[in-house]
Amino acid sequence: MSISRESSKADDQSDTLAIGSSDYRDYVTMSIADRLFGIPVLKVQDVLGQQAITRVPLAPPEVAGSLNLRGRIVTAIDVRLRLGLDRRENAKASMSVVVEHDGELYSLLVDSVGEVLSLNVKDYQRNPPTLNPRLREFSDGIYRLNGSLLVVLSVASLLNFSGRVDAA
Amino acid sequence: MDDLLSEFLTETFENLAVLDVELVKLEQNPNDMELLGNIFRLVHTVKGTCGFLGLPRLESVAHAGENVLGKVRDGELDVTPEAVSLILECLDRIRSIMGDLEATGSEPQGDDSDLIKRLNAFADGAAAAPPAAPAPAAAPAAPSSGAVVSLQSIRPGKTSEASIYEQIGGMGTIDAMIEVLFNRVMGDLRLKKFFENINIDHLQGRSRDYVAKIAGGPDSFNEADLKAAHARLCGMGFNDAQFDAFAGHVQAALNTLEVPATISAMIMGMVFSTRDEVVGRVAPGEGVTSLQQASAAAAAPVEPVAVNPVAELQQLVESVKTDARTDKQAKPVEAGDSKDSAVANQTIRVNVDLLENLMTMVSELVLTRNQVLQILRQHKDSEFAAPLQRLNHVTSELQEGVMKTRMQPIGNAWSKLPRLIRDLSHELKKKVDLVMIGQETELDRQVLEMIKDPLTHMVRNSADHGLETPEERRRAGKPETGKVTLNAFHEGGHIIIEISDDGRGLSLAKIKSKAVQNGLASEAELESMTDQQIQQFIFKAGFSTAAKVTSVSGRGVGMDVVKTNIEKIGGTVEMRSTEGKGTTFVIKIPLTLAIVSALIVECSGERFAIPQISVVELVRATSNGELKVEKIKDTPVLRLRNRLLPLVSLRELLRLDSSETTMNEDTFIVVAQVGTYSFGIMVDRVFDTEEIVVKPVAPILRDIEMFSGNTILGDGSVIMILDPNGIAAHSGQMGMGDSAAAENMSKRSRSVSEEVVPLLLFKAGDGAPKAVPLALVARLEELDRATIENSNDRWFVQYRGQLMPLVPMDAYQQISTEPGRQPVLVFSDREHSMGLMVDNIVDIVETRLNVEISAATPGRIGSAVIAGHATEIIDTGYYLSQAFGDWFGSREEDTAGRGRRLLLVDDSAFFRHLLAPQLSAAGFQVTSVDSPDRALALCEQGETFDIIVSDIEMPGMTGFEFCETVKKAGPWQGTPIIALSSHANPKEVAKGRQAGFDDYVAKYDRDGLVHTLNETLSEIRGAA
Repeated sequence: MSISRESSKADDQSDTLAIGSSDYRDYVTMSIADRLFGIPVLKVQDVLGQQAITRVPLAPPEVAGSLNLRGRIVTAIDVRLRLGLDRRENAKASMSVVVEHDGELYSLLVDSVGEVLSLNVKDYQRNPPTLNPRLREFSDGIYRLNGSLLVVLSVASLLNFSGRVDAA
Repeated sequence: MDDLLSEFLTETFENLAVLDVELVKLEQNPNDMELLGNIFRLVHTVKGTCGFLGLPRLESVAHAGENVLGKVRDGELDVTPEAVSLILECLDRIRSIMGDLEATGSEPQGDDSDLIKRLNAFADGAAAAPPAAPAPAAAPAAPSSGAVVSLQSIRPGKTSEASIYEQIGGMGTIDAMIEVLFNRVMGDLRLKKFFENINIDHLQGRSRDYVAKIAGGPDSFNEADLKAAHARLCGMGFNDAQFDAFAGHVQAALNTLEVPATISAMIMGMVFSTRDEVVGRVAPGEGVTSLQQASAAAAAPVEPVAVNPVAELQQLVESVKTDARTDKQAKPVEAGDSKDSAVANQTIRVNVDLLENLMTMVSELVLTRNQVLQILRQHKDSEFAAPLQRLNHVTSELQEGVMKTRMQPIGNAWSKLPRLIRDLSHELKKKVDLVMIGQETELDRQVLEMIKDPLTHMVRNSADHGLETPEERRRAGKPETGKVTLNAFHEGGHIIIEISDDGRGLSLAKIKSKAVQNGLASEAELESMTDQQIQQFIFKAGFSTAAKVTSVSGRGVGMDVVKTNIEKIGGTVEMRSTEGKGTTFVIKIPLTLAIVSALIVECSGERFAIPQISVVELVRATSNGELKVEKIKDTPVLRLRNRLLPLVSLRELLRLDSSETTMNEDTFIVVAQVGTYSFGIMVDRVFDTEEIVVKPVAPILRDIEMFSGNTILGDGSVIMILDPNGIAAHSGQMGMGDSAAAENMSKRSRSVSEEVVPLLLFKAGDGAPKAVPLALVARLEELDRATIENSNDRWFVQYRGQLMPLVPMDAYQQISTEPGRQPVLVFSDREHSMGLMVDNIVDIVETRLNVEISAATPGRIGSAVIAGHATEIIDTGYYLSQAFGDWFGSREEDTAGRGRRLLLVDDSAFFRHLLAPQLSAAGFQVTSVDSPDRALALCEQGETFDIIVSDIEMPGMTGFEFCETVKKAGPWQGTPIIALSSHANPKEVAKGRQAGFDDYVAKYDRDGLVHTLNETLSEIRGAA
């Protein structure tokens, strides 16, 4: 896979949680390849179980296909592939988190969706420079939890395909 | 805002839009009286309506404008650009006042006296010239003014009448009075003769002006008219009975307007007081003086009737005014529009939002219906079946009906353009001609709204940046007047709008330097780009090559915005430009954003929708049936009714899993058509058709040109909608105005005019590979050698119930007698077929033909380099004549070509050699030349022909120009010309007809050509 590394990282700090009035932020947590990720809860429209997804031929590999969500067509993005991880084993069920970006709905396919966590901003920190470059591209920062880390995914960078070189 | 006012605004805005267009037309045809009358009426209506609604500012502006128009109509003023500009300015002022009115609900403060003064001065400036108003035109003004003569005569006694005009509600009220009266009078047989040969509009205007004047309103009345009218009346003998009849109408008019009895009695008294003078008992010879004296005298009998006439009059005026306000419904019917009212009653105005809602609901209804039908299919014997069928039909009809309400002709979006171009041409000192074709093309309202602004912008750009100044054009050898052409037409469920100009075109050098300057590309990058790619830079933000920003263009809105807006509605913009020749933009937009009918197919377990509109037929191919898919090297083809249909495998095209059998024995073929190009799409299964709601695909998928959208089916699943245009473009054919295809095209050949021909390559005999244009081959056959029979040194085979002659490639070629299969190319013509025996078929290639002629071997046109090998192009005509001595002879009786002289103009030696034998075989005496110049030289030498067949794309003079030249003048003017082109799409055909071609034939359509020739010639014979 020859996905460009030169994607837009800087242009999407908008999702970044600046220190606001409240000390706590809510995140929908999800796991991908046994790693913990989070998306700000207000960005999430729906959480779906296994869905019938229509494949879209000739689409970039990360696009898993399209699905029908209450009469709206939602584009499914396989977050694993987007993050440069291995393809999910076929037998394993997937779940997805539906987000809106630029007026379009996208369904982010992940391994499983967990609970909503309320996290203290003091545990938040910018991406450490040692983070996997691929992850760093799509992450806004990380939270230190008890014994594990939660990577905050940037929805905007995940769905910004304009910077990519055609990998198909 | 009350309903009345908003209705007025809508109506008046519409009227203003029409006026803009009509005025520009008038400027071009100053003598079109009908047009002028129409304009006058429209302005008049605007003015009248303003009066009724009590909008003095609007009314006074409109009235001043109407004055000028009135003078123009009466021939006192000429239609000059100044006059038109002034009227347009007046309309603009009305529009701007109305804009405020719309925003605030009341007329804005402001002073229009300057504009009114100029309008009046303009009107007067010419009015000072000898009054040209024809006498009869004003004639029956007298009866109506009879009443007002008296009115005027009582004025001197009082002082406060000046306010009457304003109290009355201004011109509007007077109009109503006059119009009611005229409607009645005109319908009276007794009075009819006085109106014969008279311009009623003019008369009405005069009468109104007169009443306005004596009521203290604007004085635009011409005394001479009154005199003339009186003279005419006296001359024609206006008698007592007629006077009574007229008076009766005045009374009735007053009644209609519900004037209180006392006041109307008083008015009638005034009218009767003028009896003597009007019926000519006062000596006619005394003319005006007698009239004025009489009117003065008439004042006397009035006095006793009403003690305070002015007070009463004002009361009357009040009552008329309230009447006019409250009884708005009755008024338009009463006052003149009676002939339109029937139509008006057939239409209602509906809020657009309501329609949009309806549309959404219907879309949902359709989807729900689809779902229900899907369920029904699983329960065959349901008792719901019948009612559901009914529901199905009603839903379809409802959907159709609602769709129709949303369709509007594209001309609506263009209505502002003539005015725009006119103003532009004045401002920029350019001569611009706007040609609009296909105004009636209908498209969805929603789409129409969205392209309005981009279109306006592009037309403005074309006129401003595209066209040169007259001097520049003269220097470039072009006509001074530049042309901007708008052309709209339907194609395959899309609307194509072309905006072209014949201006300077895009300057590549300028674009390059600008691109470098803006950091969009480096010099090196530009070097590697094609001209097409460089031109695309103008769609980038902040890119304008105009050296100076005029007030017209360069308002910070660039082509990038245009492009974004069009893409928003699923459309595309393409651009072609030739420096020095002009620029053409092609906008392709979907007809509607709503529902289409589509065929659902399956391939590799995935379902797809193909828009029904581009599907021609469905064919099932089996391995052992009549129809089967054959492969010529790697290219699958289907023999379908004597044609070889190129096939596209959806599986390969979409790179679907081919884990199943690689080549299915049974396959369904969807025959699709894009423009004139037909091709088959191979799929695994075909389901039924379904109504689908087209939804645009997500931005990330938008680059995939195979899909035009996606949709949700009745069962709730999402499927992709295939775009036949995209597939055609991808399969190597030039899709209409498609960017990828255009790029493909420019990669393959820099010059589009060179033709790409699909050729069938084969081997036969010794030596080089051979080639023949694929279009000439009817079928490919492999015959069992055992079935080949020899008789009289010729080979035959029984084929489809007939004896088909087989011809070897070379006479000395040994026909193999070993058992096996013999590949044969079948050429077919009507009931005759002939087989050319070859060794093996190699491939189908698409290439440009560059034939170097070698006449050495019979049966060869020449050699060309194809796929890297020197290849001989065979002359099918030669083999046809070998197979049948009478190949064409048997048809001689039904050809009109016998002995007819035919001129063939084609730059390609290949086609000349291909066509000439065929045409001469059809009985024509063929003369072929390689360029229009040669053809014109023959014309000068005095040669004559019965018919000319000309290619379109030729270097130097094109076929269009050639045709125009020939048809313009000279001895060949009457000679029919038939165009021959490989791009026979509807647009080209239309262009050809415009240039004067009598017919248009696709290049390989031999039968079609002979048929057209015969038809054209017999038409001429029939006409002669």
